[in-house]
Amino acid sequence: MDFFQTLQTGAGAWNPLLWLLALAVALGVALAIRSRGRKDFREGDGRKPFISGNEEPENAGGHVPASNLYWGFLESLKGYYARLVPLHTGVPTDYVVWLLGVMALMLVVALVV
Amino acid sequence: MMDTFVMRHLPALLIAVPLFAAFLMPLVGSLGPKVRSAWVFLGALATAAVGLALAGKVLATGTVLYVFGAAIPQQTLPPDAAFPIRIMFQVDALSALMVVIASLSSLGIAIYSLAAESKQSGLETFYAMLFLLIAGVLGMVATGDLFNFFVFLEISSLAGAALVAYRVDDGVAVEAGLKYALLSTVGALAVLTAIGILFAQYNALNLASLANRLQFTALDQVALVLLVVPLAMKCGAVPMHFWTPDTYATAPSSVTAFLVVSSQASLYGLFRILFTLYGHLVQFSWATFGWFLIVLGVLSMFVGVTMAIPQKDVKRLMAYHAVSQTGYMLLGVGVGLAVLGDADALAQYGKTAMAGGLFHVINHAMYKGLLFLTAGAVFYRAGTRNLNKLGGLGHDMPWTMVFFMIGALAIAGVPPFNGFASKLLIYESVFRFSPFLSIVAMLVSILTLASFVKVFHAMFLGPRRAEFAAVREVPAPMLAGMALLAVFVVVAGLAPQPFVDHLIVPAVDAVIDRAGYVAAILGGR
Repeated sequence: MDFFQTLQTGAGAWNPLLWLLALAVALGVALAIRSRGRKDFREGDGRKPFISGNEEPENAGGHVPASNLYWGFLESLKGYYARLVPLHTGVPTDYVVWLLGVMALMLVVALVV
Repeated sequence: MMDTFVMRHLPALLIAVPLFAAFLMPLVGSLGPKVRSAWVFLGALATAAVGLALAGKVLATGTVLYVFGAAIPQQTLPPDAAFPIRIMFQVDALSALMVVIASLSSLGIAIYSLAAESKQSGLETFYAMLFLLIAGVLGMVATGDLFNFFVFLEISSLAGAALVAYRVDDGVAVEAGLKYALLSTVGALAVLTAIGILFAQYNALNLASLANRLQFTALDQVALVLLVVPLAMKCGAVPMHFWTPDTYATAPSSVTAFLVVSSQASLYGLFRILFTLYGHLVQFSWATFGWFLIVLGVLSMFVGVTMAIPQKDVKRLMAYHAVSQTGYMLLGVGVGLAVLGDADALAQYGKTAMAGGLFHVINHAMYKGLLFLTAGAVFYRAGTRNLNKLGGLGHDMPWTMVFFMIGALAIAGVPPFNGFASKLLIYESVFRFSPFLSIVAMLVSILTLASFVKVFHAMFLGPRRAEFAAVREVPAPMLAGMALLAVFVVVAGLAPQPFVDHLIVPAVDAVIDRAGYVAAILGGR
């Protein structure tokens, strides 16, 4: 049991064994709830997975591409990305300028402070 | 007899074994692919065995010294000399931590690459460069000499650039290799200039000897900046991170996974310069350079993760996450540096923050290496890294999917994986320094989870796609390489305290104990 010692963070603690125990209990509860579901359900017996009022898409066409995810997040931060993305020019000399710029700034800070 | 010889010369073998494997590679490779593969496996296994044995020796008995060319390798000072004049390795607990990282990663990556690169040509050159890269990284973290550090930095940079440009049939690979070489060369030039400045003033290149003589003149301050900024650039800190996504995305995945370790060797150099070389000087402003690391860390965390979210190339996305995760390390160690002069704050939370930062170094090497290998496995079978074109691969690549899940949950800081343990140490200790910084770190973890949910969905979920009908699980060596790293991710997550007690806390003590580092070489002189 020494292997699963409590991790001491100085202000708190975390025990992986207790966490696994909690996970096992949660899993047990989930299985208990599932076991109370309908036993006579069979997949593909005419029920639709959801009601949309529209024709369901084919199974193969049901995958949402990555670019469609987090559209709202990216839209709300449009101004931030409009400034940040163009900095990544792909031009090696620009990269060197950033290095030299930080070096110059730190030189001033080191000599002044 | 043999055991004694090997144990006595472990520091020399640490670089001799990978160099031997590299230089004989063209000859061995001419004997056929099976012999070449066996040579690669044995070379990586022997390197890892030497590295782990050396780290074990350091952690059991204390700092290991090795003077090249001396009749007695442990004799750091010649009888009539007042300062060390030979090349020497000084492997303390911090170096041992880095050696463990490089040893485990190189073994997993070498096994993986046996299958992943098997269809490529020019493999003798590829593996020779890979072993040179490994030797360069091991030399960087083991040497006790500033000029040697530069030499090993150059070896790792040149080998790394050659490996990034390895797939020359793909034009962007050459471009990425050129960018990596250019940035590395400019950075190395600054490092060499700094070494020249220090040598001109103090007539010494040995780290301990220099640390003992440093006066913190204006030239020393110039040298400090010329050392730390390029090393921060090499570890991918924002706003000098631009080369990272270009390089990591294009290199073969096995190379990318070890470039992460190479970046961490630069991080080691950064910590060594700030703590061991300059950290004890009364004129040195701990707060200024502590906040320098903290600002770089916060910028890296936030810019890295927000740039990752919109990416469509899975490896480019992961490269931005590598930048973001480096931020956690800089934040943790930066807080430790900022409070280095305050004994109470250092004891209360500074050392824990540093422990979190250093624990994150090894954790990141393992889960990020694992994630890059899973991305390589997907590319190996599906032939694309474009997340918009991928999908449904979980049906046919279940093991790759499981390894990806382990790596993704670890990088997002989800328990019970190793990323959670190191992040918890950082959150709780940094909170006592500045609650705002801790909240930023937690926010970045949430965004990281969101980003990897997207990748998981895009690559593995959804129905089978017609264009990937022929896709099947990757060959066993690739799975074995991923499994090696995944096992560490799980074990270090389930049992973090033994790692902290036996590997991380000694490394933190070694970073802080500058006097011990100097005394190991100079004794009473």
